[in-house]
Amino acid sequence: MRILMLGWELPPDNSGGLGVACYQLCKALAKKGADIEFVLPYTPKDHGIDFMRVNAAHPQDIATIVKSGIAYDSYKYTTVRGETKTVDIYGQTMMYEEAVGKVVELASFDIIHAHDWLTCRAALRAKMMSGKPLVVHLHSIESDRSGKEFGGNPMVREIEALALTVADRIVTVSEHTKRGVMREYGIPADKIDVVHNHFDQDTLVQQKGDNIYPYLERMKSKGYRVVCNVGRLTIQKGLPNLLQAFAEVVKRAPKTFLLLVGDGEQKFELIAMAAGLGIADKIFFTGFQRGKAYRDAYAIADLFVMPSISEPFGLVALESIGYGTPVLVSNQSGVSEVIHNCLKVDFWDVQEMANQIVAVVQNDALRNELYVNSYREYTNHSWDQSADKLWDVYIRHTGTGKIGAGVSA
Amino acid sequence: MTKKAIVLYLHVHQPFRVRHYTIFDAGVDHKYFEAPYDDRTSNERIMHKVAEKSYLPTNKRLLKLLKHHPEFKLSLSITGTAIEQMERYSPESLQSFKDLCATGRVEIVAETYHHSLAFFYSRSEFEAQVNMHRDKIKEVFGQTPQVIRNTELAYNNDLAYWADKAGYKGILAEGWDPVLGWRSPNFVYQPAHTENIRLLMKNYKLSDDIAFRFGDQNWSAWPLTADKFTHWLNNSGDATNFNLFMDYETFGEHQWDESGIFDFLEHLPKEWLKKEGNTFMTVSEVIDAMPAVDRVDVPQTITWADTERDLSAWLGNGMQQTAILALYGLQDKILETGDLQLIEDWRRLQTSDHVYYMCTKWFNDGDIHAYFSPYANPYDAFIAFMNAYHDLRFRLSDMGIEV
Repeated sequence: MRILMLGWELPPDNSGGLGVACYQLCKALAKKGADIEFVLPYTPKDHGIDFMRVNAAHPQDIATIVKSGIAYDSYKYTTVRGETKTVDIYGQTMMYEEAVGKVVELASFDIIHAHDWLTCRAALRAKMMSGKPLVVHLHSIESDRSGKEFGGNPMVREIEALALTVADRIVTVSEHTKRGVMREYGIPADKIDVVHNHFDQDTLVQQKGDNIYPYLERMKSKGYRVVCNVGRLTIQKGLPNLLQAFAEVVKRAPKTFLLLVGDGEQKFELIAMAAGLGIADKIFFTGFQRGKAYRDAYAIADLFVMPSISEPFGLVALESIGYGTPVLVSNQSGVSEVIHNCLKVDFWDVQEMANQIVAVVQNDALRNELYVNSYREYTNHSWDQSADKLWDVYIRHTGTGKIGAGVSA
Repeated sequence: MTKKAIVLYLHVHQPFRVRHYTIFDAGVDHKYFEAPYDDRTSNERIMHKVAEKSYLPTNKRLLKLLKHHPEFKLSLSITGTAIEQMERYSPESLQSFKDLCATGRVEIVAETYHHSLAFFYSRSEFEAQVNMHRDKIKEVFGQTPQVIRNTELAYNNDLAYWADKAGYKGILAEGWDPVLGWRSPNFVYQPAHTENIRLLMKNYKLSDDIAFRFGDQNWSAWPLTADKFTHWLNNSGDATNFNLFMDYETFGEHQWDESGIFDFLEHLPKEWLKKEGNTFMTVSEVIDAMPAVDRVDVPQTITWADTERDLSAWLGNGMQQTAILALYGLQDKILETGDLQLIEDWRRLQTSDHVYYMCTKWFNDGDIHAYFSPYANPYDAFIAFMNAYHDLRFRLSDMGIEV
């Protein structure tokens, strides 16, 4: 099975969960024998990936394309003659389409697998040129990102609508997103498969040395508790509601801190809001973090809260459980479909969010019970199960092999 | 000819479920047990449903059987919290139980008023609740129980010793194989280390055929009819009594009308009484009529629940332990106030169902359908309960009592 995989990012150049999900999914598919050509829209740093071919789709005359660490930022192009220019995200999808066209002329493959709207123009061109079946894999849709049903950028919606109509098969990361695709674009349910994301245990990094947040450790030893969120500070993530809830929490449980790891356009708004609520001394904004600073945030926390308005999946919640911290997630998230041993709340229900946070920070028995049972659930899932489902999708659309052959015992 | 008796004992219980009670309610609104009618935790709505599906149709049939068969008898236990809810939400259900008792052939069994696990946490509180229940039964049904059962049939030597000293003539327990060994549950026994009291042990195989397996179409014995069941009993060798102990709500609620459970009930006495020597006895009668054949030693606590037959569904995890210890930790201060409403609210929180709703042992196996609860998950149950607990503390501090 030869797969032309069109993705927008891979670690270590990822800005969020999309790159992590693509990486782990391809790794599991490769284990099943998939021959993957992964085409990126930028020149990757040293990624150490050996289970598939990773190539940058460079337009003619371009030597390097440097991706910003932040999603939806512009790209820096350097030509073979050493000149530089910047391209915005929309222009980048068109440059990528051009470049993928060149790849398709040379490569041979059985199926095209494209991730999210950013790769959809390129995917449509690849399908037209090659006549091969196209699987569009949605990690989020425009209404999720804009935090509003039927909302978002109309040009992006246009691309999603076209690609989802033309695609031979659609894969979503949750039932939540499947419902979104049906609602937003009128796609029939039987064209869509749900393949949940996971966060494999072997991806967890062994905690080494002292926690990078010594102040929080000290305060914890004095009876403080830490609530944490990791993610972009953007409207989709519903953080203003968490701040409102947190203001209610500290009235009842003053020895509670909120640790917010991430960056985004809402940063200043959130800081101002924290000040206005009189809780600025209880909140820490760490900015975007990687590596130990990122992992230690999970480890230091007593509860991870993901209050997203619309979260197609929410890998960070699984990652948090993997690092030892139970989760409170919004009912509007895909991860709540796979983890039952967690607290759940509607993203808009600020009072209930506060009620549940107070209960956890005031009661270690609740925290421990949530953790022990969610960890057990977490270890019952793996990317291999997702790869098995995708394999069946490939088989059905390429007419090769036997359906079900991909399901390992 | 020696007699063989069916000893049918049905347990009636409803807890006062705690509504979705948040940290914003604690200290503000003390009505933990009053949910909006359409809420999953509405006691009124659940009582209406159970009355319609189980209490009224079952009692109608039981009364008919009592009228048609002079030998038909049964025993009931009804918790104080169930009686109170019937008084408030379904007086016709309570009247139908009174009508049964008026025949003189229905015996009420003693237990804690609040269906609590107080025996394991506070002996004085346990005794207070047993006395409350005795008084309530006397007031409502005009009889004084002679035989006792503990919540969830939780039983051990200590309990038997206590009940013997308290003057009960009998006590009920699970006929659990590791306890009985080679012995059969179909006889009367005496608990170890006691003088007068007798022990009746549930025949769980026969009881569960009715209570759990009756409607299971994959069960090899399905469909179970009264004559098939009677045939099993008549062919089960030496026996003096078949102790069929189960939740009352088996009839119509756990096993729906459509399963044929009511037909089974209606036909059982007629089929059983066909054979000479076969009869029905209440729990007291069988103790009076049959000799105790052996002593049974139960140093550990056994219950009638789950495959483990222990208290792990109630006390098996950290949340459950925290909740119950916190609640009993308030005992002296709560009782000291003499505030009847506060004391009653504290006692209602002792009902074992509250900690049962916090059980994670089915939930974490992904078998969430086995989770029988008005809450979305065990954690929500714990949070609501603990917020009610915090409100008890708030009310204490309002009275100037430091907690």
